Amino acid sequence: MAEWMTLSEAVAAHVHDGDTLAMEGFTHLIPFAAGHEVIRQQRRNLSLVRMTPDLIYDQLIGAGCAAKLTFSWGGNPGVGSLHRFRDAVENGWPAPLEIEERSHSDLANAFVAGAANLPFALFRGYTGSDFSRVNSGIRWVTCPFTGEVLAATPSVRPDVAIIHAQKADAKGNVLIWGILGVQKEAVLSARRAIVTVEERVETLDAPSNACILPHWVVSAVCKVPRGATPSYAHGYYQRDNVFYRSWDAIARDRDCFTGWIERNILGTNDFEEYLALQQDSRVRVVSE
Amino acid sequence: MSVEFTADEMMTVAAARMLANGAVCFVGIGLPSTAANLARLTHAPDAVLVYESGPLGAKPPVLPLSIGDGNLAETADTVVSTPEIFRYWLQGGRIDVGFLGAAQLDRYANINTTVIGPYSTPKVRLPGAGGAPEISSSAREVLIIVKQSKRTFVEKLDFITSVGFLTGGNSREEAGLRGSGPTAVITDLCILRPDAVTRELKVTEIHPGVDRDAIKAASGWQIQFAGDCGQTPAPNPQELTTLRDLKARTAAAHGVQGDAA
Repeated sequence: MAEWMTLSEAVAAHVHDGDTLAMEGFTHLIPFAAGHEVIRQQRRNLSLVRMTPDLIYDQLIGAGCAAKLTFSWGGNPGVGSLHRFRDAVENGWPAPLEIEERSHSDLANAFVAGAANLPFALFRGYTGSDFSRVNSGIRWVTCPFTGEVLAATPSVRPDVAIIHAQKADAKGNVLIWGILGVQKEAVLSARRAIVTVEERVETLDAPSNACILPHWVVSAVCKVPRGATPSYAHGYYQRDNVFYRSWDAIARDRDCFTGWIERNILGTNDFEEYLALQQDSRVRVVSE
Repeated sequence: MSVEFTADEMMTVAAARMLANGAVCFVGIGLPSTAANLARLTHAPDAVLVYESGPLGAKPPVLPLSIGDGNLAETADTVVSTPEIFRYWLQGGRIDVGFLGAAQLDRYANINTTVIGPYSTPKVRLPGAGGAPEISSSAREVLIIVKQSKRTFVEKLDFITSVGFLTGGNSREEAGLRGSGPTAVITDLCILRPDAVTRELKVTEIHPGVDRDAIKAASGWQIQFAGDCGQTPAPNPQELTTLRDLKARTAAAHGVQGDAA
């Protein structure tokens, strides 16, 4: 049953050291505010799941929150590498990172299987590739009807899922639109779910086929305006492409990254303060 | 009449020409997205662009920086969830052409986008698969666009992320892959197509101003030339103007100078 609370309270209540955590949002609606709060509360040994780790997991990995990453595409979209992810994989900094590498089709199917309460995902994939050589979770099953050999992989069943959405009503029913990614499946596959939203409204007034997560599948709802920035929220604000580009230089160097995390995340009390600090530094750059 | 153009422009134009009007195309981000949108803005206005984030029939006014930019959703015929894209539309057999990039490519058009060096101790950790393994196996045909060099055209891949013709001959069909595989590889030097029998890539068209030695020097294996190897027609003024306008609009929209895609 959804409970309205602050993001700080939600992370304290629902995200624990050692949890399997899926923070979803496919380029759109990436729950950055929640990622920051997990860093702020210094969670450790998390097993992170996300199709596209993006900057949000680059930050969590570099800040030492992660022991494992399950993913299917680990780049900075349109820019290049995720340097903290690469440093963890290539050099074990700040700690060795176990990786479970899959394809988009696999992970999308595995979230669906998790949401459907099935033990594994079944799809046509990986044939001829090297993935099953490096990921023992990729197995093969033979169709009992046709004899076709298909890929089978474990469902994603996170302890906790976190997503960002546009709106929730007073009861905590959540409305999402635009690019949906696997957000619905992430919530339904998880034991607990936190949803941050742009707005709290009295009623959602959505068409009957809209993507709505009913309040009784959500554990906590938190109002965090701009909570997906530097990604975007359709109907609210655009992707901050300048930040995505500038992240390349911030994350490339360990000291520079650590300083950024200390100043911007550990040095702020919440996302509102973080946003104010970003605004200040933008103004400073422009006036210099 | 001659118009000045760069090798990158030639590559993008040559790739765009491969996309037939009306084709349903699953588009990778970066070079494939640039080429597919150029096709849509020139000879293929009815090409249907599908992006793995969920938009079907996207018509972005500027090139998206990420695979899930808002302008893809805003201009699409519909936006479906990511599982639906892979399950109903790709695996369901609705995609005519998969348009992919590559970090490394071998003579049978197998692709690596995973690691350079050993998997467990990589020299370079690349982004990984994304949608490519299933696009390369399920789309009816595949087009690959990649800059050609000894670093990208290699004798042996460090990791097979997405399959082309595996070990050549009938090995792709024998593995049970549904789509017919890559039909062309478009580089900044030439166009390569698979041999009908061995399935090894052969240079079939050389871009204007490029000679065979340059292609050989940019290949990590002994590259073959087709017997009837010809020359790629140079970009025409309409193709070049459309491409340059698209790139200028994109740079302005993303707030940067130069090539944003």
